[in-house]
Amino acid sequence: MLPGVLSSACPEVRAAGPDDLVAGVAPRFVARPASVDEAAAVMRAAADEGLAVLPRGSGTRLAWGCPPARCDLVIDTRDLNQVLEHAAGDLVVRVQAGVGLDALAATLARAGQRLALDPPAAQPPSPHHGGPAANGSGAGTIGGLLATGVAGPLRLRYGTPRDLAIGITVVRADGTVASSGGKVVKNVAGYDLGKLFAGSYGTLGLIVAAAFRLHPLPAATAFVTLEVPDADAAQAAVAAAAQSPLAPSAAEIDRPSRGAPVRVGVLLEGDPEGVAERCARLTGLLGDGAAASPRPPAWWGRGAAAEPDGTVIRIGFWAGALAHVLAAVDAAASDAGLDPLVGGSAAAGVIHAAVGQDAPAPAAAVARFVDGLRAALRGPSVAPAAAAELAGAVSRPSRLGWAAGASPPPAVSAPPAVSAPPAPPATAPSPADAPPSWASAVVLHAPAEVRAGVDPWGPVPSLGLMRAVKAQFDPEHRMAPGRFAGGI
Amino acid sequence: MTARLTEAGAPGGTAVEALIPAMSEICGADGVLSDPLQLATYECDGLTSHRCSPGLVVLPTTAEQVAAVVAACARAKIPFVARGSGTGLSGGALPRADGVLIVTSKMRRIIAIDAASRRAIVEPGVTNLSVSKAAEPYGLFYAPDPSSQVVCSVGGNVAENSGGAHCLKHGFTVHHVTGLQIVTPDGELTWLGDGTGAAPGYDLVGAFTGSEGTLGIVTKIIVKLTRIPEAVTTLLAAFAAMGAGGAAVSAIIGSGILPGAIEMMDALAIEAAEAAVACRYPEGAGAVLIVELDGPAGDVERETAAVRAICEGEGAYEIRAAHDAAERAAIWTGRKSAFAAVGRISPAYIVQDGVVPRTALGEVLDRIAELSAASGIRVANVFHAGDGNLHPLVLFDDATPGAEAAAEVVSGQILDLCIEHGGSITGEHGVGMDKSRYMPKMFGPGDLDTMQLLRCAFDPAGLCNPGKIFPTPRLCGEVPGVRREPHPLVASGQVDQF
Repeated sequence: MLPGVLSSACPEVRAAGPDDLVAGVAPRFVARPASVDEAAAVMRAAADEGLAVLPRGSGTRLAWGCPPARCDLVIDTRDLNQVLEHAAGDLVVRVQAGVGLDALAATLARAGQRLALDPPAAQPPSPHHGGPAANGSGAGTIGGLLATGVAGPLRLRYGTPRDLAIGITVVRADGTVASSGGKVVKNVAGYDLGKLFAGSYGTLGLIVAAAFRLHPLPAATAFVTLEVPDADAAQAAVAAAAQSPLAPSAAEIDRPSRGAPVRVGVLLEGDPEGVAERCARLTGLLGDGAAASPRPPAWWGRGAAAEPDGTVIRIGFWAGALAHVLAAVDAAASDAGLDPLVGGSAAAGVIHAAVGQDAPAPAAAVARFVDGLRAALRGPSVAPAAAAELAGAVSRPSRLGWAAGASPPPAVSAPPAVSAPPAPPATAPSPADAPPSWASAVVLHAPAEVRAGVDPWGPVPSLGLMRAVKAQFDPEHRMAPGRFAGGI
Repeated sequence: MTARLTEAGAPGGTAVEALIPAMSEICGADGVLSDPLQLATYECDGLTSHRCSPGLVVLPTTAEQVAAVVAACARAKIPFVARGSGTGLSGGALPRADGVLIVTSKMRRIIAIDAASRRAIVEPGVTNLSVSKAAEPYGLFYAPDPSSQVVCSVGGNVAENSGGAHCLKHGFTVHHVTGLQIVTPDGELTWLGDGTGAAPGYDLVGAFTGSEGTLGIVTKIIVKLTRIPEAVTTLLAAFAAMGAGGAAVSAIIGSGILPGAIEMMDALAIEAAEAAVACRYPEGAGAVLIVELDGPAGDVERETAAVRAICEGEGAYEIRAAHDAAERAAIWTGRKSAFAAVGRISPAYIVQDGVVPRTALGEVLDRIAELSAASGIRVANVFHAGDGNLHPLVLFDDATPGAEAAAEVVSGQILDLCIEHGGSITGEHGVGMDKSRYMPKMFGPGDLDTMQLLRCAFDPAGLCNPGKIFPTPRLCGEVPGVRREPHPLVASGQVDQF
């Protein structure tokens, strides 16, 4: 039975159906507001009725995070679908939350521009994994992009949604509409709520609109690819690209199984002449076996992060520890009897591991893998190398960089030998000077039986402050309760 | 100003003075200043029009000392303000007479540089430029480069989300900070983020950066380091008038080129720079444009040629190019000295900081000229043209009664213009004490109330740099919405109430 306040708030309200499950949890109602005013009215009505609210775009990543502890009302944002302003001369766009990324990309491309974020075009999970069957596919919506903070290979150069969002409008749990930032790129007036809402999984409020910085579409792109035998060689190749002066837009790895060769791919973008030049230099730098193509390799953007089924784990780490992180993945997986697909933005320090994507993996094994991986990531091997050790990198560029593989071609200058003062005599940071961890493993999505035995988020720094933030924005805990880190 | 001083710090010396023994215990006797003459040297930051002697100054050397100082303040309900090098331009580090000023300039260790991960861990008192100097042997630098980078501190940069001339391409402080150790306003040491930029949970690093010292005090910073570009070219183009220079800026951006920096100065700013540092910019210029291109050598060479052609096409009558550090410095001399140089042509001036969409630059500059003509108050324009960040310098003679007030009016009208055109009241200097009164013009009550929810989460007692950013503090006790019965999961004992 629909509460009257809901239907008077928004004409598009209905009882939820079997396609509206959120990670296996059945909501009671679905509202589909077509304006910010309607969205605010729906949120006020939900507050009046004490309803737990879950924002939903196209549902692409609805299976991410924990299942909601309660879910009465799904707010479907897809009718908030207006591109409010595309100021092409200012390289800025303002859009409503329900605008699809594909549709937005098409609009921007007409002006030769893009939002430089390329999250994997994930398929919605199969119904037996608890997701909505066919609410949508493709890249998702602006609201979902912000709420999950998802990014793809371009994160190396352009960052994640929080880096490109310059303004945001949200509806708070009590129905208050609030904006921060604006539509100019340079702006430090007030707190930046866009940062807070990026990656907040709907737990702080309903995102209804955002403004983004845009970039020109590159006139040319090239992919330099290389297959290397192991993790050390992969790290050397990735480091050589990332520390080169060739301004790569992305540097990715992909490894289909343990012991398989690691594929390395580097994206170069720019004007055709520059890309051709840099492509030739990078191919030389990476040595034998490196090849260039204007088209992405088949695995680009389709690796572990894009797997719709099974368990997908996002691993964040200090990029210099790539080989150690891969070793940690292997040790934990081997111990659990699993063989994950691994890959991602190695140069940016974010990779993904997928298990059970083709045939279900035993839940206990996945839990063992996640626990083992987290334990290894708390160990010293992933801590940053001491500067003292790396000081050798100046004359002998790096055990991971220039000196590895082939010697750099003369066209590429090594980091300049400069008359700067010597690097400070630093050592590895002492525990007192270091964050509690150098790496993390977050389960983005997993089958229900796996979720039951694993904390998807793992240890979270400053959880007390996060809970305080949640308590301020949503004191009644009605916004996507239980979805987020630490039970938030 | 007097009214504001009273507001910032009612007489309350005794309560602060009572903290001296505890503070000396924490920071050592030489880490506590209470002599009025010493205190007076901290009475303002880079915004000298607001002054207030702090009740007490402490100079901690470790994060643990900062935590102990803040905890002592919190227990005694004494407000506290953090200060780095004191170069801020919005009064964000303006002390309180009834409070403690916590100066982080003795905390200047560069703790680690991980070249392979392109990260450094530094203490808040480390100067901006020294991070780049320490990273240089590895072929890396720290990209945000506020013009005060020789002296300004990384801790202050985090508080202000500092930019700089090169943020057009390389981004602001918030794009280069991946982890922060902070002391919360109740005196607890904690880490936000882990240096990866991918830590689980809310992005408190992003929310904290640019919070102007109101959410806590930063005690360690993990920064991203960037590969030193292979080539850098700096072009200086002289135009007869501002309109032509502005057209060149639009054409450069429209061509898809993203320079490291695009700076512009008008005739009055050039005149001042010429008088102060003899920068020898082309004679008779109504506007000069400085365009800096950085990146791979081949790309920079082609972009330089393209920018040259665009400037010529828009009527540049002289173009100079710098290819080495000395030539580059010669071009930048005039621009970098512009603020101080205005002192040569005017006894006093206000440095304004506003932002407009780049495409509105021409119209807004025309309107500023009209404001100047109508009021008879001269305005020199220096700005980061690439991102529409204006720094109008409003000139006045402080010996003339009423001149400062009249200049303040023009300065405020310029901010109104920025808001009217969809811009911002501050692009990089911050709101601080100076601009809190303009916040309601840019944001509605719901916006300001919502921002302050974050403040209440971090600093419910309102002791951490109070009175900055927001014109009206929110009472953190008032919870939005209607309180209801406990959450069912709490009631059933399944979860804790957060």
